[in-house]
Amino acid sequence: MMRPLLAVLRRDLRLARRRAGETLLGVLFFVLALSLFPFGVGPAPDILARIGGGVIWVLALLSVLLSLDRLWQSDFEDGSLEQLALAAVPLELVVLAKCAAHWLSGGLLLVLVAPLLAVLMAMPAEAMLVLPLTLLLGTPTLTLVGSIGAALLLGARRGGALVALLVLPLYIPVLIFGVSAAEGALMGLGGTAQLLILGAMLLVSAALAPFAAAAALRLALE
Amino acid sequence: MPSAEPALFAAQALACARGGRLVFEELSFALAPGEALLLRGPNGCGKSSLLRMLAGLLRPAGGRLLWEGEAVAADLPAHHVRLHYVGHGNAIATTLTAEENLAFSTELLGGTGEHLAAALAAFDLESLASSPGRFLSAGQRRRLALARLVAAPRKLWLLDEPGVGLDRASRARLEAAIGAHRAAGGICVLATHGDVAVPDPLVIDFHG
Repeated sequence: MMRPLLAVLRRDLRLARRRAGETLLGVLFFVLALSLFPFGVGPAPDILARIGGGVIWVLALLSVLLSLDRLWQSDFEDGSLEQLALAAVPLELVVLAKCAAHWLSGGLLLVLVAPLLAVLMAMPAEAMLVLPLTLLLGTPTLTLVGSIGAALLLGARRGGALVALLVLPLYIPVLIFGVSAAEGALMGLGGTAQLLILGAMLLVSAALAPFAAAAALRLALE
Repeated sequence: MPSAEPALFAAQALACARGGRLVFEELSFALAPGEALLLRGPNGCGKSSLLRMLAGLLRPAGGRLLWEGEAVAADLPAHHVRLHYVGHGNAIATTLTAEENLAFSTELLGGTGEHLAAALAAFDLESLASSPGRFLSAGQRRRLALARLVAAPRKLWLLDEPGVGLDRASRARLEAAIGAHRAAGGICVLATHGDVAVPDPLVIDFHG
C-alpha cells in the first residue's frame, strides 16, 4: 500500500530538485516581492512592523497560487496522469502524496525563509517564531485546496488566471486566521484559538480535498 | 478464433458519445485468456475512445464491461489494477533517467522491481538506462513506455498504436512481448494501423 505512494513522493521531490529553477521561483517571488515593501511604504520601522504579518501572509498565499500549475499540468500533458489513475492505490491517496511533495518543495521553503522576512519587516523578535508557525499550519491547506482548483481547470486555456479566480475566495479564511493568529500572538492577545482553527482547516482540507481533486482529475481524463 | 474457454473480459453493447456525437454503438466482444483483440479503422473512428473505455477512464454512454462475468463498473479500482494502458502520451518525465522513469511507473503500478532488468532488456534499453528522458528519441521513449508492460505484470494490456515511432527490430520485440503475455494467459487489446502483427486476433473494424 505504501510503496506506490512513497514512489510518487520520491519522484516528485526528485523532479523538484532537478527543476530547481522552477521550484525556487515561488520562494524567490516571496522574497523579492517582500523586499519591495520597505521601498514602497518607506523604511519607518513601526509601519513595516504593523503591516509585516499581513504582507508576508498575502505574499505566501500568492506564491502558493503561482506554483499550483506545476502540480498537475505536466503529468496531464505527458500521459502520467493516466498512470496515476491506474496506480495500485486509490487516486485519492495519490493526490495526497502529490500535495505532500508539492508542499515539501514549496510551502515548506516559505516557512523556512519567513523568519528572515520578519526581520526585513522590522517585526519584533517573537515574530521569527510565530509567523513561521502560522505558515506551517496554513500553507499545506493552501496547497490542498489549490489542488482542487488546479485539477478542475486542467486542459482549460489560460488555466492559471482562472485557478486564481476559483481558489482565492477559498483562501480568504486561511488568510484571515493566519494573520490574526500571528498578530494576536505578537500583540500579547494570544493566538491559540486562531492557531487551532488553522489546524482544523488543515485537517478538514486534508480529509476532503483529495476526494474533490481526484474526482476533478477523473473528469479531466474523460 | 472461436474459443471453448469462458470469456475473461467481455463487452456488451458498448456505446460511446463524444461531445454530443455518437461515435459507435452496439459494440460487443468476448475475450478468453490468451486472446488478442485488434482494433482497426481510420483516424477519429473511436479506437482510442474504446481503449480508454476499456481502461475505465471513460464512462460508456451505454452497455457494459464484464470481467470474469462481474460488471467492471461495480468495482473500477479493482479493474484499474489489473490493466496496463499505453496511450499516446508516454508518461516519461524529461528530467528523470530512463531507469528512474521505469522504476517509478513499476512501483506506482504495484510492481516489485524484480522484472526491471528483464523489462529494459526486452526493449533493448539497457544502454540508455542512465540517459535523461529529454535525450531519448521518439522511438526510444515509446520503447520505455512499453517496457512498463513487462516490468509490472498485469493481466490486461490496452495499447493505443503501440508501434508508432518504432523501428522494425523494436516492433519485433513488441510482438514477442505480446506473444509471451498471451502465452501466459494475458489479454491484449490494441489499436493499430497494421504496423504490429499479432497472430490469430479477433478483429473489430471501425468505419469512419
